[in-house]
Amino acid sequence: MSTTVQLPRWIDVGALPLMNLLLALLISGLVVLAIGENPVQVVEILLYGAFGYEEAWGYTLYYTTNFIFTGLAFAVAFHCGLFNIGAEGQAYVGGLGVTLAALYLDFLPFPVMLVVGMLGAMIFGAAWAYIPAYLQARRGSHIVITTIMFNFIASSLMVYLLVNVLRPEGSMTPESEQIAENLRLPFIHDIAAAFGIEMASSPLNLSFVYALVASVMVWLFIWHTRWGYAIRTVGANAVAATYAGIEPGKFIIIAMMISGALSSFMALNEVMGVQHRLLIDFTAGYGFVGIAVALMGRNHPFGIFLAALLFGMLYQGGAELSFEIPTISNDMVVVIQGLVILFTGAMEHMFRPRVTKMYTAWRLRRDAQEAA
Amino acid sequence: MSDTMHQMHGTGETGAVQPAIELRGIDKRFGAVHANKEIDLKVDKGTIHGIVGENGAGKSTLMSILYGFYQADAGTIHVDGKLCDIRGSEDAIAVGIGMVHQHFMLVETFPVLENVILGVEGGAVLRDGVDRAREELQRLEREYSLDIDPDAIVGDLSVGLQQRVEILKALFRGAEILILDEPTGVLTPQEADHLFRILETLKEQGKTVVLITHKLREIMAATDNVSVMRQGAMVAHRKTAETSPEELSELMVGRKVLLRLEKGDANPADTVLKVENLCVDNAQGVRKVKNASFNVRAGEIVGIAGVSGNGQSELLEALGGIRSVSEGVVELNGQDVTPGKGVDAAELRRRGVAHVPEDRHRMAMVTAFSAKEAAILGYEDDPAYQKGVFLDWQAISNATANMMSEFDVRPANPDLKAANFSGGNQQKLVLAREIMRNPELLLVGQPTRGVDIGAIEFIHKRIVAMRDAGKAVLLVSVELDEIMSLADRILVMCDGAIIGEVAASEANERVLGLMMAGVDPNEAKAVEGQS
Repeated sequence: MSTTVQLPRWIDVGALPLMNLLLALLISGLVVLAIGENPVQVVEILLYGAFGYEEAWGYTLYYTTNFIFTGLAFAVAFHCGLFNIGAEGQAYVGGLGVTLAALYLDFLPFPVMLVVGMLGAMIFGAAWAYIPAYLQARRGSHIVITTIMFNFIASSLMVYLLVNVLRPEGSMTPESEQIAENLRLPFIHDIAAAFGIEMASSPLNLSFVYALVASVMVWLFIWHTRWGYAIRTVGANAVAATYAGIEPGKFIIIAMMISGALSSFMALNEVMGVQHRLLIDFTAGYGFVGIAVALMGRNHPFGIFLAALLFGMLYQGGAELSFEIPTISNDMVVVIQGLVILFTGAMEHMFRPRVTKMYTAWRLRRDAQEAA
Repeated sequence: MSDTMHQMHGTGETGAVQPAIELRGIDKRFGAVHANKEIDLKVDKGTIHGIVGENGAGKSTLMSILYGFYQADAGTIHVDGKLCDIRGSEDAIAVGIGMVHQHFMLVETFPVLENVILGVEGGAVLRDGVDRAREELQRLEREYSLDIDPDAIVGDLSVGLQQRVEILKALFRGAEILILDEPTGVLTPQEADHLFRILETLKEQGKTVVLITHKLREIMAATDNVSVMRQGAMVAHRKTAETSPEELSELMVGRKVLLRLEKGDANPADTVLKVENLCVDNAQGVRKVKNASFNVRAGEIVGIAGVSGNGQSELLEALGGIRSVSEGVVELNGQDVTPGKGVDAAELRRRGVAHVPEDRHRMAMVTAFSAKEAAILGYEDDPAYQKGVFLDWQAISNATANMMSEFDVRPANPDLKAANFSGGNQQKLVLAREIMRNPELLLVGQPTRGVDIGAIEFIHKRIVAMRDAGKAVLLVSVELDEIMSLADRILVMCDGAIIGEVAASEANERVLGLMMAGVDPNEAKAVEGQS
């Protein structure tokens, strides 16, 4: 019953996440101290590794691309009240869609292929999300349970397909054939070169532009279309949705399929953009980190972009870190990433009540002064 | 006002009897809200003391402080003249304060006896406690004529009896002071009368009763003294015999209020809604509406009276297209619109059915939305709100501002979060959304639940205006006063069936009350005739 003043946006989406982030870094610093390294130096290397030179930027943004897609995927489902932890599996199966399109429709010209590859990913990713969505909407099976199970099923399915079906004759590695050169997404440095700009080579490719476009599209969809409105209504109050004539089940399925399609775009980056073939476990946990990205970004595309950039930085800077300081192993980098996820995602509400209280008290004092 | 308070304090101090409860300067803030402002209150021993006030006036907060749920920021509590530090319900029970909550705190699968001893079992072996409790319980029942079987399963008892179990629980714990929070909300008028008789017996036995309510009728009928709260402050104390409902309502609202609604005769025209043998089952397959048949004509208000939980909610939800119908037919202007067979809430809206549901928070509003987002709920498909594939937020904002000025919603800010409006203003926004569509049929449930007296007046006028504009209105309410003052015809529901119809001109509380309890209408009218 304790009514409080609504926090202004700059605190809600700016100051609070920043405080959580600083706390995460502070504790990471203590951990670094504990293993006998200098935290200041670690931060320096981390930042230099992420942004210090041109190639690093490329790598950071390449990781960012994956996080934008999986973060957006989580956010769309979340606006419908669904906790989709299946981005990992949806992206994985989406990768199968891209690969099949590239291997079997390779007669198509390059520009058509860009669209077909995207469609392949979308259809497969959305279809994989459809099954848990249907089970939730029509049978009441909890989406958290089913999506996590579908990650395992996707993983087993893909191992089977890669080992028994997609592996080329004579190859000993469980991966698909290379996709034809004209079907690959161009690297940003190649595009820049075409315009006469020289850039260091990095895995950053056209899918980063896709990610930015997708962010704008998701923003428009969620806040400026009828379906987006319906999805938010179902997420915020499913009974009110029924009252309004919005069938919750229908929009649960729609939101999940969009979520699955967004997850699958991660495969565009990995399969069409960088690896040029389907690899085992190419999703490498990006789907799960996407949850933290979305939560930290308050499920808003702009926030997701910033959070994705942060995690891109941690991935790239972290890789540099374990290279530069051998005592800081890759596991240590994972610890730092984990702390950031813990404080910005899972413990997102730690400071909120106190800050709200302080802000309310300040506002009341100010209002009283103004009244006087 | 203040001199009255002095008088009452004066009698307390000079009299030989200590007041049972004395609150001095109780102050409580929740963030920005000043819920209790330096409250002084004296409740004399062996009296029934009413506390009235609108929703949000701070009654429940004050009682929660007395019962130890909240700690006051300032002020002291004295029980029988002794300063008490009440930090939890155990402390309250220890000084002899018992509370009967609005929502019962009972284990439905346990028998009465086990519910009563819950928390005071007295030892690891249940048997000993139960045996000792049985004797004590029988004594209490006799003494206060509570009339309850100790071995009955609580879930099988009627709501009125469950409430008596709550009272028994408090007495078993040795309560000398009993606080009842809105005790009659779920009772039929007869059950309420029985409750007041029990309270009277308690008083005769020397117990003190504090009755919190917003129903003035109950205050006038049951209490000795009454205190009025408004916006967190205690504004007046009165002896019940020396005041009137008019004075109390004026004190509650802070201005003169019209208690009786002025409305002309109805001019019913063609039948708009025709319901035949309607049956509705709930999710568990229990039949909640049984063979309901009635019609509503243009230009009349048909009221459905009944104790909460007798199928009215399910009936209204089915007619609104939210629940599917198991059997029967619903016709709107002669066309079959039976919900479930391809007819949902959206389809009914398109055909001119507007629906103000009973439960605002659960159904009519998305409190996380801004007012303008809430103002298009159900009408988001309206072409006027579209701009190409996108929603036209500018148009929506203008439409919301229009609703707000038409229905006096405050603050008139379409961008404010719906949760930040008071209950009355939320309800006015919902009514504006539904009524300004100019529907053929308005379904409206509990239109004034949780709404201030001032807003009630306004809402009632708008509903009557709908009728006078030649629209059909179906009203469901558990407030008999509301049904009787608004409806032109009254249908009474009991246990899912419509057991009779009474013209508003012939309706009175006793007849309706008997029918609500399931008595045959003819018999009810006969009983009324004898008395």
